[in-house]
Amino acid sequence: MTQLLQQIINGLSLGSIYALIALGYTMVYGILKLINFAHGEVFMVGAYTGYYSAGALGISAYEAQHRDFPVYLGLIVLVTAMATAALLGVLIELLAYRPVRNAPRLTPLITAIGVSLFLQNAGMLLFSPNPQRYPAILSEVRFEFFGVIVTNIKLTIFVVALCLMLGLHLFVQKTWTGRAMRALSFNIDAAKLMGIDTDNVIRSTFAVGSALAAAGGILFGLDQITINPLMGVLTGLKAFVAAVLGGIGSIPGAVVGGLLIGLAEQLTAGYLSAEYRDAITFVILILILLLKPEGLLGVVRVEKV
Amino acid sequence: MSGPALELSSLRVSYGGIAAVKDVSLSVQRGEIVSLIGANGAGKSSVLKAIVQLVPHAAGSVRVLGKDVRGLASHRVVELGVALVPEGRAIFGNLSVRENLLLGAFLNRDAAAIERNRARSVQLFPRLGERMDQNAGTLSGGEQQMLAIARALMADPKLILLDEPSLGLAPNLVTQIFESIVEIAQSGITILLVEQNTRLALQVAQRAYVLVTGEVALSGESAELRDDPRIREAYLGEAIEA
Repeated sequence: MTQLLQQIINGLSLGSIYALIALGYTMVYGILKLINFAHGEVFMVGAYTGYYSAGALGISAYEAQHRDFPVYLGLIVLVTAMATAALLGVLIELLAYRPVRNAPRLTPLITAIGVSLFLQNAGMLLFSPNPQRYPAILSEVRFEFFGVIVTNIKLTIFVVALCLMLGLHLFVQKTWTGRAMRALSFNIDAAKLMGIDTDNVIRSTFAVGSALAAAGGILFGLDQITINPLMGVLTGLKAFVAAVLGGIGSIPGAVVGGLLIGLAEQLTAGYLSAEYRDAITFVILILILLLKPEGLLGVVRVEKV
Repeated sequence: MSGPALELSSLRVSYGGIAAVKDVSLSVQRGEIVSLIGANGAGKSSVLKAIVQLVPHAAGSVRVLGKDVRGLASHRVVELGVALVPEGRAIFGNLSVRENLLLGAFLNRDAAAIERNRARSVQLFPRLGERMDQNAGTLSGGEQQMLAIARALMADPKLILLDEPSLGLAPNLVTQIFESIVEIAQSGITILLVEQNTRLALQVAQRAYVLVTGEVALSGESAELRDDPRIREAYLGEAIEA
């Protein structure tokens, strides 16, 4: 029982990171019907931006003196990484995807894979291919409840992710841009007829999705201790599966999918074998594609004529 | 501002080299209802799409409220004060009726204007009032058409382009929609109406153009066209030989 609770807590924490990344996949897919394979690399760049900006803010001095990194500096790191990734996302859209937007669907897909490979290699060139230890933006504090260990890091991951998802929900539901995003995802030409600058909304979608992935990158670094330039490959794929599981194009679906993939991974590691933790995601992908290809919360669209 | 609300001259629209609209010149004066009638595939919808630049035109010119729209992005054309109610309604089925109306007000966000226009929608189509928080995808075809027109009005347009508003609707609903079109025109909004229902189109419009395979075959006052033998033939569903 204790072990089960422990795995669930760890699973929800990991899953909330997947959910943050999955949101970017699902938002872009919802509007452009494009699987943005470079999204995992945006997540990676987010993690590295966090790494370097924490360094620039003098985190090593705090570590050397065994002092906690101030929370406000941690927030600056988070915002810097999110802003940088947003800019990167916008640039990727502008330089790589916009020129092929009206091409057959295979073209943007191959372009996305190309951008992904480019960023992986650029990352190895710029950041070095060696894994880096992630700076202790939060120093770990352990709490124990009835034998279940909860760290402040796991809690922070969950809370930060939850706040960002709530923020996204409000943004999408309440703002003009958010409403425009939902309109675009239903019918892009009809959205143009409302006077919506669709290029601008697509740009915002990439910015928001990328910023969330960057937050995921920092949280991932805190959780997993090390980062490397290829970290976006497997994690990105898992988050993509999370988006498919939830129903690609559906924002609540991405959240549910992310949490479920995180749980499945932890429970597999805990009860089956740690070696199967990565495989379980793809077992889920195969099952969902066989049994419910539209995903858990995806809708099959029926239009009235 | 003076001059026509809409002026097309020698408009040509092609899809991959095939011309859907070969040569269309027409004008709509401010405050008029003008109909564009013709059979399926005559190019009527392509004319409307070219006006808002959802498809670019290959040749000719389109002047909307005095401005040449060539090369403008669609949202820029809409900003000039034109609204297209597209064929098939194109309402946002994933959003509520209220949100659909709000999207119509995307360029007209002033709270007072939104409230006034929403009230006008409900007055024009009381059924929308009952369905405000319902998902628009669950509306009937007629209600969707009402929503599409109401949504277009939210922007306070000067010119409305209506693409086959009667399509697929029960006769009593068609009557209701056409009554609302007349009412909208009476409020000073210029209307270009594309219709296959020639009888109704000639009833509400002051003037009409008849489109045959991408060209204007006939045009004139609705009253004259109604008595034209070629139009009478068309009522029977035979092709018009211009």
